[in-house]
Amino acid sequence: MAAAKRPLGSVFWPLVALAALMGFNLFFTPNFFKLEIIDGHLFGNVIDIIKNAAPIMILAVGLTLVIATHGIDISVGSVVAISAGVVAMLIGGDLKGDPKYPIVAAMAAALLVSTLAGMWNGLLVSRIGMQPIIATLILFVAGRGIAMVTTNAMVVWLYAKPFALLGQGYWLGLPFSIFIVAFLLLMTALVTRRTAVGLFIEAVGINPTAARFAGINAKNILFWVYAFSGFCAGISGLVVCSTVMSADGNNAGNLFELDAILAVVLGGTSLNGGKFYLLGSMVGALIIQTLTTTIYAFNVPPEISQVVKALFVYAVSLLQSGSFRAKISALFGSKEVEA
Amino acid sequence: MKRRNAIDTRNLPTLVTLALFIVMFGAGSVAFIGFFSLQNFLNLFIDNAYLLILAVGMTFVIVSGGIDLSVGSVLALSTMIASSLLEKSHLDPILVIPIVLLVGIALGSFMGYLIHAFDLPPFIITLAGLYLARGLCYVVSIDTIGITNAFWEKAAHAQILIIGRNFLSPSAVIALATVLVGLFVARYSAFGRNVYAIGGSEQSAVLMGLPVRRTKIAIYALSGFCSALAGIVFTFYTLSGYALDGKGMELDTIASVVIGGTLLTGGFGSVFGSMLGVLVYGTIQVLIVFQGTLNSWWTRIAVGFLVFVFCLLQRAFDARAVRAAAASRQGRGTAAASG
Repeated sequence: MAAAKRPLGSVFWPLVALAALMGFNLFFTPNFFKLEIIDGHLFGNVIDIIKNAAPIMILAVGLTLVIATHGIDISVGSVVAISAGVVAMLIGGDLKGDPKYPIVAAMAAALLVSTLAGMWNGLLVSRIGMQPIIATLILFVAGRGIAMVTTNAMVVWLYAKPFALLGQGYWLGLPFSIFIVAFLLLMTALVTRRTAVGLFIEAVGINPTAARFAGINAKNILFWVYAFSGFCAGISGLVVCSTVMSADGNNAGNLFELDAILAVVLGGTSLNGGKFYLLGSMVGALIIQTLTTTIYAFNVPPEISQVVKALFVYAVSLLQSGSFRAKISALFGSKEVEA
Repeated sequence: MKRRNAIDTRNLPTLVTLALFIVMFGAGSVAFIGFFSLQNFLNLFIDNAYLLILAVGMTFVIVSGGIDLSVGSVLALSTMIASSLLEKSHLDPILVIPIVLLVGIALGSFMGYLIHAFDLPPFIITLAGLYLARGLCYVVSIDTIGITNAFWEKAAHAQILIIGRNFLSPSAVIALATVLVGLFVARYSAFGRNVYAIGGSEQSAVLMGLPVRRTKIAIYALSGFCSALAGIVFTFYTLSGYALDGKGMELDTIASVVIGGTLLTGGFGSVFGSMLGVLVYGTIQVLIVFQGTLNSWWTRIAVGFLVFVFCLLQRAFDARAVRAAAASRQGRGTAAASG
């Protein structure tokens, strides 16, 4: 296997998968790569893919760091619903579009609540020492209830125009959500890669005890990583709410946690912690969305797309599995020796 | 004395669940007229029969240190297959039931095989299973399929008198039978002991020469079987197959099992505890119905809170068990401290 010197390092395999999908579309989906400029905005499948993938990409930024610490956060979907619920209730469903509270204040409040939710997870994991999957299971179960209670179990519709910018708006001809993703990714990459924070996170993921002996405050690292994941879920919630201009506590962010975890895993970050690849996670999210869009392009009922998604996950998991690679190379390896 | 203490504390979570159930049921009886009756108690089994069946399968999976996120979807797929075979193919129930159960076993074995043979994380594989089964539902049919089969209607409406005029439904009887078989298998069969051994330490189980491979596949096959059985029971309630049945049920199931005192780290837990967990879950729902003014979504918040309390309890007992084991290690080499 020519894995030793591959270009682009770890993002190579995810990119190959994405390129394969794109290549498939190039041949089989007419006009897949067609871009148009309407009203000064770029339109086309590729733009749509990035736009639709934005909420998952935002979640994946936070989750990548969590998974790098050998953790998991399954509460992000529920936090998305809470964030959407809070911002919707504060802006209010006034038909004239006058917000109840200033939009920026409402967004800040939603982000604060989401970050607090993340801190709660962080507290349970870092201070009480719960297993991450259990700690975040609590908020996963309760969070959707909290979201429903926040919105009085109703779908809240929003009419405040300026709020639509986040999920539907355009800037410099591109969807605004792309800039949110780019900014968040850039800041996170700067903080983790240009300071020692990234190294600390990886150290905690590989061996928390050793990290502690090396003088790293593992507990604080864990705490803030979960808080950050909550914060990201909050942003994602704002984008989701703005895209549909409504908050539905029951369906907003439903199954998002699964898509986001999938994006991170597809991107090459191991669930066993240690190394993490922010860019890979972004590619992972794009793979998922491209797959979905491709399936739509073939007029397959959207529901059935889940079957394809599942088969795709199996294939990628197998490719990432060491023992599968060993078995395959054993199959072909013997032939190579003879030749 | 210290060793006895360590073992006793491990049973405490189950006892706490039992106490909690009695307190909650008692509080309901004091607060609401008509709450305290044998029938209301039996209703807990009637209303939560499918959850009980799912929880039995899930207990084995979690005790082995794994997780099965696919149960809700496999339940939905079973309702679809059952209703489709009955209504569209007009097959006899004697054929339909085994076919549905076989599909569940096949799906479970498939996931178990992937998890074991390629050393893949159960979380990801069963997550993909969740998508797969949910997608397959729509392959069977996009619309709801009503069931008009005579046998099914009989099973849906039959009442089995217990004492006086109090009754159980056939679903509840199936669920109780599943619990009994589960109890027996977990306690007295070689398979059950292997499951606990693998959960305690898979490496040790391999070194002991236990059939780890066969057991792990069988565990997920069992969970698939239970999901399919729960699906059949679910159709007795709804008399239809619907692709969105059992959405989020995997987490209700996991929550019930955790409330029942099973450790998510594996190696410790009981089918009886899981049954108590389901009863607690059911009682919360009944209490909220009786209370009348609270939004039904408070159930989720309450369940989330309970999961939190139980995880805290487990942490506390765990810490004590570890300390006790450390103290007794001087006397005996192998104290049970792995829980």
